[in-house]
Amino acid sequence: MYSIATILILVAIAVGLVRAFRGPTLFDRVMAGNMIGTLTVLLVAVLGFMNGRPEFLDIALVYVLISFVSTIAVLRVYVSRHGDPDSD
Amino acid sequence: MLDMLLDILSWILLLGGALFLLTGAIGVLRFPDFYSRLHAVSVCDTLGAGMVLLGLMLQGGLTLVTVKLMLIFYFMVFSGPTAVHALAEAAQVSGLDPVEDDPEDG
Amino acid sequence: MQYLVDIVLLGLLMITGFAIVRMRSLLAVTMLTSIYSLFSALLFVVLDAVDVALTEAAIGAGISTILLLATVALTTEYEKVPGHRSLLPLLVVTLTGAALIYGTLDMPHYGDPNAPVHRHVAPEYIEDTPEEVGVPNVVTSVLASYRGYDTLGEVTVIFTAGVGVLALLGVHLRKRTEQPHDYKMLVVLRVIAKLLFPLILLFALYVLFHGDYGPGGGFQAGVIFATGFVLYALTHGLGNAERVIPPALLGVLAAAGVLLYAAVGIEGMLLGGKFLEYNVLADDPVSGQHLGILLIETGVGITVAAVILIIYFGFVSRRPGGADAQDPS
Repeated sequence: MYSIATILILVAIAVGLVRAFRGPTLFDRVMAGNMIGTLTVLLVAVLGFMNGRPEFLDIALVYVLISFVSTIAVLRVYVSRHGDPDSD
Repeated sequence: MLDMLLDILSWILLLGGALFLLTGAIGVLRFPDFYSRLHAVSVCDTLGAGMVLLGLMLQGGLTLVTVKLMLIFYFMVFSGPTAVHALAEAAQVSGLDPVEDDPEDG
Repeated sequence: MQYLVDIVLLGLLMITGFAIVRMRSLLAVTMLTSIYSLFSALLFVVLDAVDVALTEAAIGAGISTILLLATVALTTEYEKVPGHRSLLPLLVVTLTGAALIYGTLDMPHYGDPNAPVHRHVAPEYIEDTPEEVGVPNVVTSVLASYRGYDTLGEVTVIFTAGVGVLALLGVHLRKRTEQPHDYKMLVVLRVIAKLLFPLILLFALYVLFHGDYGPGGGFQAGVIFATGFVLYALTHGLGNAERVIPPALLGVLAAAGVLLYAAVGIEGMLLGGKFLEYNVLADDPVSGQHLGILLIETGVGITVAAVILIIYFGFVSRRPGGADAQDPS
């Protein structure tokens, strides 16, 4: 059961990676990065249950927080260089 | 009997969640425009994540493991849609326009 | 099943590595580097190395990415096309790589239990930890107790890195707390950041104190702690972040962590043992070990968090192109 879920999530990660390479704009790549981050969290949780190691959940917890901060940082750098913050 | 039921339920949730995640990923690959891809990611990812985590929670029983899984879900529910919101706003401010349907095509 | 996951992850890692080399847009490369760290962390999880996976996830995908982004923000966003042909470097790299691989053919097989590295000190640490140190996490016991002197050196190296950044870059304090061109992020982001910020700090403290029983310890806790403050600085502006945690305080904290560590060592000497001997710190040796490990992990965490924030403030508070240019941060 866990094996099937692991394989499905790995396929989803590979598909997301294709978008990360192809995406014409930076935003496609950031979105793919965020998606791969979420999928990794779930993969770590499923692998933890598969190997009988509940300690893996700490890693998943750290990663949820870290990937959020990473995404915000990329957007901040891009908008401060290219965007028009007074356009609202 | 209750054990079997919980097992089957967690099977269904786990596999269903993984299928939703895969569907979201395929949507990201095939949709024509950034904003539609963003929509696919945010909805399918959060739903799939919720189902997978709920399936694992049913396997874990009433222990610390379940509490940690609930915390992961809580953080994901807060940070996922917020990151997508930030992405959409950043794209808008930087001038990326959504592809609009041509009214003459069917 | 294990092999399948291993091979797929290694394949994804390799593909990502190629893409990083070929892409020209540096912001995209930074995102891909973060994804690369994620795959490495997954590999460590599959290899059952939980502490290393936690550290890789926290540092590689978090702080490393953020510092790289700060650098890209200060410099150029597109890589320049190289002016030379790449045939000669490719040849040199291939020959060197082949020589190295040939050299490793004599080494014992990966994970061989009869290899010399697994037969002398390692079994002794694993067997003696329950009685002598009494913590379930052998990585923490080796890092903090058996090899505590090495860890003192590591903390000093981190402190030196912070001092180096301060000496080279310095931290430019804002004259006013709000600049007219400070990019204010969305209300939603600011509210969520304020909501998550105390939870991140609390989780860092959990990782610090739970490092004896699960994965974690001082280094990871310091990194997560710093990431919380970085989130606050990103969403609320650098001026507010410098009011919340003044850089002068960070300098003091960085030194305080190293001093705490060394003080624990000297306390051991004052109580009759050797330097960094924890057995004499309390009434019985195992409690002494627990107390010693707790204190030094706290010292490590304080120094690591302070130094990461010093480096972050040092990078982000510079303005490209001179002191009066348009503020990009």
